[in-house]
Amino acid sequence: MNKKQKKVLQRIIIAAICIVALELLPLKEYIKFVLYLIPYLVIGYDILVKAWKGIRNKQVFDENFLMAIATVGAIALGIYRVLNGDMAEGLENGREGVAVMLFYQIGELFQSYAVGKSRRNISELMDIRPDYANIEDEDGKLVQVDPDEVEIGSVILVQPGEKIPIDGIIIEGNTTLNTSALTGESLPREAKSGDEVISGCINMTGVLKIRTTKEFGESTVSKILELVENASSRKSKSENFISKFAKYYTPAVCYGAVALAILPPVVRMLFMGVSPEWGVWVLRALTFLVISCPCALVISIPLSFFAGIGGASKAGVLVKGSNYLETLSQTKYVVFDKTGTMTQGVFEVSKISSEQMEEAKLLEYAALVESYSSHPISKSLQKAYGKEPDTSRVTNVEEISGNGVTALVDGIPVAAGNTKLMDRLGIEAREIEETGTVVHMAVDGVYAGYILISDKLKPTAKEAIKALKQAGIRKTVMLTGDRKNTAEQVAKELGIDEVYSELLPADKVSKVEELLQHKSDKEKLAFVGDGINDAPVLSRADIGIAMGALGSDAAIEAADIVLMDDDPLKIAKAIKISRKCIGIVYQNIYFAIGIKILCLVLGAVGIANMWVAIFADVGVMVLAVLNAIRALSVGR
Amino acid sequence: MKKTYKIEVDCANKMEEAAKNTAGVKDATVNFMTLKMIVEFEEGADVKAVMQNVLTNCKKVEDDCEIYL
Repeated sequence: MNKKQKKVLQRIIIAAICIVALELLPLKEYIKFVLYLIPYLVIGYDILVKAWKGIRNKQVFDENFLMAIATVGAIALGIYRVLNGDMAEGLENGREGVAVMLFYQIGELFQSYAVGKSRRNISELMDIRPDYANIEDEDGKLVQVDPDEVEIGSVILVQPGEKIPIDGIIIEGNTTLNTSALTGESLPREAKSGDEVISGCINMTGVLKIRTTKEFGESTVSKILELVENASSRKSKSENFISKFAKYYTPAVCYGAVALAILPPVVRMLFMGVSPEWGVWVLRALTFLVISCPCALVISIPLSFFAGIGGASKAGVLVKGSNYLETLSQTKYVVFDKTGTMTQGVFEVSKISSEQMEEAKLLEYAALVESYSSHPISKSLQKAYGKEPDTSRVTNVEEISGNGVTALVDGIPVAAGNTKLMDRLGIEAREIEETGTVVHMAVDGVYAGYILISDKLKPTAKEAIKALKQAGIRKTVMLTGDRKNTAEQVAKELGIDEVYSELLPADKVSKVEELLQHKSDKEKLAFVGDGINDAPVLSRADIGIAMGALGSDAAIEAADIVLMDDDPLKIAKAIKISRKCIGIVYQNIYFAIGIKILCLVLGAVGIANMWVAIFADVGVMVLAVLNAIRALSVGR
Repeated sequence: MKKTYKIEVDCANKMEEAAKNTAGVKDATVNFMTLKMIVEFEEGADVKAVMQNVLTNCKKVEDDCEIYL
């Protein structure tokens, strides 16, 4: 509890003791009535002052005003009745006035405590911000400095158990890193000298020396924190609805209360000819006012979203705004990119076929010809070759974009590439039925065979599609630039409903647009990509999800939701988290508004008294806040 | 230019509205959960003076709010 809360608690205790004492003391009723004003002022003076300031600043319809009017009204009614000799009822009104104020303050205290507590809980959950960085001073002694002050290119030292404060490259030391704070992945990752490391990981075993490559403010951990903290500023439709609702609601109930206080007595007096009973109707109007406070909604909705976003980030899912969480929960169509999303994007040689020469010889030629290229295909050839290619044997290298490479190896012309390259050279290439990328080889002007390279599926890809289906996704679609039979085989293996292959990046955008047109507005379409070359598609879809984004600024920029690691299972998880959070938001909206309307009606017809009113205000708020905090737990 | 301030707030909506309507402020967002206010100033505005006005305006709508300037 902070100072302000402690002070309120003291006042609550003093006022409560006063009230109990007054109840027990055998005093004349009118003396009691006057003495009741002491606890009333102790507990409520600040509300009265705020209400008064509000009136002076023309901010009439706030909850302080409602409370002041309700309690002052009840007491005034009490005085009126006491003066007219109706001692018992008058005293009861006075008592109610004090009690309402007391319970209102208890409720407010609980609310500020609960909100403060959950605010701290959520912040702790996301507490990945490193507090310091270790650098060596001139004498070789370690000093802790503010990470903000570390310049790019400085060497920082990270000891076991510490967080890496700034992105950089390891220059000394080996270790295992715990990335769970960033990715939600509990499996530790190995890191050695020369590896790039990102801030926010916890160094587990060895001492590391890291040369920083970014400033603290630009480092991964700062970016993520900024993103999550600002996420709740992008308001969702339900939040905007509540703001608007509150704007009209408060004046509406105030006028409603005035009407309730004036109209029925006037009607009774003028048209029915019975006693107006002003007291009864004024009291009902006051009860009506107490019930109407909208805080339960105004506080619990943003709290639910914040808890949901916090819980998601703990699971390695960064959501850039409450609005995206809302859209994600309505997702019915999920469109995937293939390479890097459902597959590992790591190419491996899966078959070597040659009738002219030994397979190892063919691979050697391929590795040599491609030795100058940095294309993923050539990298996979180098890897399969397993040795450092002797580049001095290779001359006259010519790379033909979109076709392949030709060169002289030991003076013999060698060509490696697709069928287009073979056509170009006037060599007949074999028809290949198998799936994967085919590299045809020609040695000395004769077709020599082919090497098949395929991308491996991610181990969880199949499970991920199944999980999406279970989560109620209507259709899964895969878009790829790859060959038709490769794409279709992958889709079949994974159980994806639709597949479009041989697409250029621009075709992917138009395909997504086509899909967007064929669905209703309420069903949202999500696109999942690795964020590297599909930024236009990510922004075109209703919601863009980038995966494997750890350390990739481009993906974090382009997407609405960022999966920190590259596990496709997280897509279904993200959808589930969003549904739970939105579910809680709607529960709170319906529950709070429902109870309020019910109590308002009961109050207006005189069934609900002040005590019910207090429950409708404070009780509903407390329950809504407790419910909101549930959004924080996301399960494993 | 954008600046972030730490705040104390009970009713974020009112405070946001008050800050937005202050002269020299282009846009303002109050984040109730992180207790932060992000203020975007208009070109050439005197940040210090504007923030004083923002504080006064916020105090008007909500007496016990606070902006840590």
